[in-house]
This record gives sequence, C-alpha cells and structure tokens, in this order.
Amino acid sequence: MNVALRLISLGLLIAAWYAGSQIAGSRMLPAPQTVGVALWNEAQSGALAFNLGVTLARVAVSFVIAMALGTVLGVAMGRYRLVDRLADSWLVALLNLPALVIIVLAYVWAGLNEPAAIAAVALNKLPNATVTVREGARSLDRQLDEMAQVFNMGRWARLRHVLVPQLAPYLAAAARSGLSLVWKIVLIVELLGRSNGVGFEIGIAFQLFDVTRILAYAIAFVLVMLAIETFLVQPIERHVSRWRPKAA
Amino acid sequence: MSPAGGPRQLDVSIHEKSYRAASGARLEVLRDLAFTLPAGSVGALVGPSGCGKTTLLRIVTGLDHDFAGKVQLPDHGKFGMVFQEPRLLPWRTVEQNVRLGAPVATAAELDALFGALGLGAHRGHFPGELSLGQARRVALARAFAVKPDLLVLDEPFVSLDAALAAHLRDQLAALVTSRRVTTLLVTHDIDEAVGLADRLFLLSASPAHVVAQVSIPRPRGARTAEELAKIRGEIAGALGKQAV
Repeated sequence: MNVALRLISLGLLIAAWYAGSQIAGSRMLPAPQTVGVALWNEAQSGALAFNLGVTLARVAVSFVIAMALGTVLGVAMGRYRLVDRLADSWLVALLNLPALVIIVLAYVWAGLNEPAAIAAVALNKLPNATVTVREGARSLDRQLDEMAQVFNMGRWARLRHVLVPQLAPYLAAAARSGLSLVWKIVLIVELLGRSNGVGFEIGIAFQLFDVTRILAYAIAFVLVMLAIETFLVQPIERHVSRWRPKAA
Repeated sequence: MSPAGGPRQLDVSIHEKSYRAASGARLEVLRDLAFTLPAGSVGALVGPSGCGKTTLLRIVTGLDHDFAGKVQLPDHGKFGMVFQEPRLLPWRTVEQNVRLGAPVATAAELDALFGALGLGAHRGHFPGELSLGQARRVALARAFAVKPDLLVLDEPFVSLDAALAAHLRDQLAALVTSRRVTTLLVTHDIDEAVGLADRLFLLSASPAHVVAQVSIPRPRGARTAEELAKIRGEIAGALGKQAV
C-alpha cells in the first residue's frame, strides 16, 4: 500500500514533467526520456561516476568534520555554562553568516584549493549541528547520571550507555538536516572554485544553457542521496530507537 | 572510602546540612543527625515526608558532598541502590541494565537473581515494556547483583498497590536475609520498616535528627503479629510526641 502510493506519486511527477516539457518546449524543459538518455550517456562515458564520486567524497569529509566538531562543542555548551557564554556569540554570528560569504572568504584567504572548499562547507554546517546537539545536552537526565555515579560505572560505559543514547535523537536530527544542507553547499563550492564534481558540471551546463545536462546531474545526485537515506540513515535510526514502544 | 579491612559498620554523623533557597535564605534540612548500622543488619530511617530522608541518602551515597559532618562507609563502600523511581536505562534491555550496573556478576548469579525476583521471562524486554512493579524488581536485581557493601533503598515500593508492595517486600526480605548485606532503607511506611528492618531510626521533622532508636531482636519471619503491634505502638508514640 505504502509502496503503491509512493509509485503513484512518482508517476504523477513524471507525467507533470512530461506535460510541462510539451508546453514549454524542449529547450526550456527537456522531456523525461531526453534527460534519461543524457544520463545514460554520461554514465557510459564514466564522467557521471567520477563527478558523483568526487562530490560525494567532499560531502562525506565535510559532513564528518562538521558533525564531530559540532557534537563536541554542542555537548560542552549544553553542559557547561561558562563554555556556553563564551561561545554563544560566535555561534550566532556563524549561524547568520550567509553560506556564500563563508565560501568566498575561504577561497580568498586560503586559495582555490581542496582544504578551503572542505572547510567552507564544514563551517556552514557546524553551527546547526552545534545548536541541535546543545539542545540535547541541555535535556540530559540528571537522575540517570546519578545512577551511573552511585553504581560507579566507568567513563566509557557512561558515554556509550548513558550519554550517547540520550543524544541519539538530536544527533539523528542534526545528521539528517545536515546531509541535505551539506550537499547543496558542496555544489556551490564546486561551482565557484573547483574543476570537477557535480557542481562544476552544472556550472558548465549553465554557461551552455544545457538544461538536459543540468537535470541529468541533479537527478543522479538526488537518487544517490535518496539511496543513502533509505539504506543507511533509516536503518540506523530504526536500530537506535528499537527500545521505544511501537507507535506513530 | 575506608581502606581494605577497615570498619565494617556504617557510621553516619552529620552536624549540619542546609540548602540555599531561591529567596536566598538558608534552609536547614539536617541537624546533629547520627546513627550507626552494624554490618549485616538492616536499618530503616522512618520519618515524616519532607524531613530530609532523601537528602540523607544522597549524602551517604556520595552524591552530595556539601555538608558538615562525616560518613564512614562499610568495607570498600561499594553501593547497590534502589532509587524512588527505578532509574533504568530505557534503551537497554532488562538484562543489560543489570549487567551495566554490575559488570562483574556471573551468569549463574544473574540467573539466581532473576529467578528469585520472578524476572526470568523479562530479561530481553526493554524497561518501557514493563509495569512499574516489574521495573522496581529490575532495580532491585541491579542493586543486589553488585554484591554491595551497602544496599541503599529509597522508598523502594512507593506508589505500588498494597498487595504488590507486600509481595515485593517479602522478596526483598528473603534476599536481604539470605545474603546478609548491610542495608539502609528509607520509608515513611511504618509497616514496611517493621517488616524489613532490625533497627529503626525515627527522624524528627526538618531539620531532621534521630529522635529514637528501636531494635527488633527477633529475626524476620519469626516475628509474631503481637510483637509487631507492640513495636508499632512504640514507634507511633515516639513520633507522636515530637510531632506536637
């Protein structure tokens, strides 16, 4: 039933796309089959896999860096008032700095290179992860902390069995919103200062007004992210929340 | 912590413990409260609610260091504790919860404990799938699995119906008797105290101190209803006098 509904909804999307392409003309909006053929050709030449791979690697590295730093900083800010006071204005500044400004400044200061690109993306994601994890750290259960103390649980056991499970929903929320944010920003970073990757390809296609190519790359990337969500993020979430009484 | 081979009894002597209220005024909770609990015996702290019993337990278990006085723990000061709420980790199974509290417990010891508390069928369940009575029993199992030098129980059967509380009390009495663990119990229920303890410490209203000590020489189980009634009367008298 669920799958059928999903397929119907997907079918409607493609039908609307087809109808739109008939009205707007193939230069503005190429038909689905045209894009499909372009996708196939890119895949055959190996360009698709290469560019997707490069972009995914950038997504992965900057995502991991942002999540790791954001988690440490968020827990510290949530648990220690002094750290929170010291870091809060920095966090607000970073939260409200436009992504484009961070990217341009990173390229200006560090040059058009890989570390600058990764750092710019990670810095864009860092404040969101920090804020979300801080909320989690603020709502930690003191009663469980005391229990762990009275039973003299070791540091590692406390981290693994008391702290991380309480933060898990917040980490999942940060990861999920983070993944979609990071890949969008990676594309901009590639467009502005890298010579490969999906963002770079879309930039070239834009200069040539090649809408077919833009859509082909966009769809390929959305499919990859959908696969990551379905086969990686959701199973992990199910496993982590298996103790919750079944509902919703 | 006392060194190995140190005193085996629990010695508590608190001169003063107070809180700073939100208004800034100091609120005295405990004042000149002292008692001694010999090794292997069960002591019950009985007093009106709000008299500072939980505060006292937090001091004994080292959760609160901000007080004037001294606490001498038996042996190595290894605690097994049952809090007022079960305080289980909801994301770990019953068995994992007990193992995390007591990593050194052997499989045979756990089997015996789960059997004695009627938890055999629930080992793989998560705490959210248990009733409050079952969760309380898991908390008991965890506290016993530690093989504690001092077992601390904070109103362990509060908010259970009377029949279930009585049943759990019998299970607890059997465990305490068979393992001879030094136990400190806090309760406002005189029946519970008389049914479990060898020694009762009656506390005054806040700031709390020990107003009377009652020993029950006869072993649990051999106590007749007549004797218990007499002790209850004694307690009610002692508590009544200072309540005025």
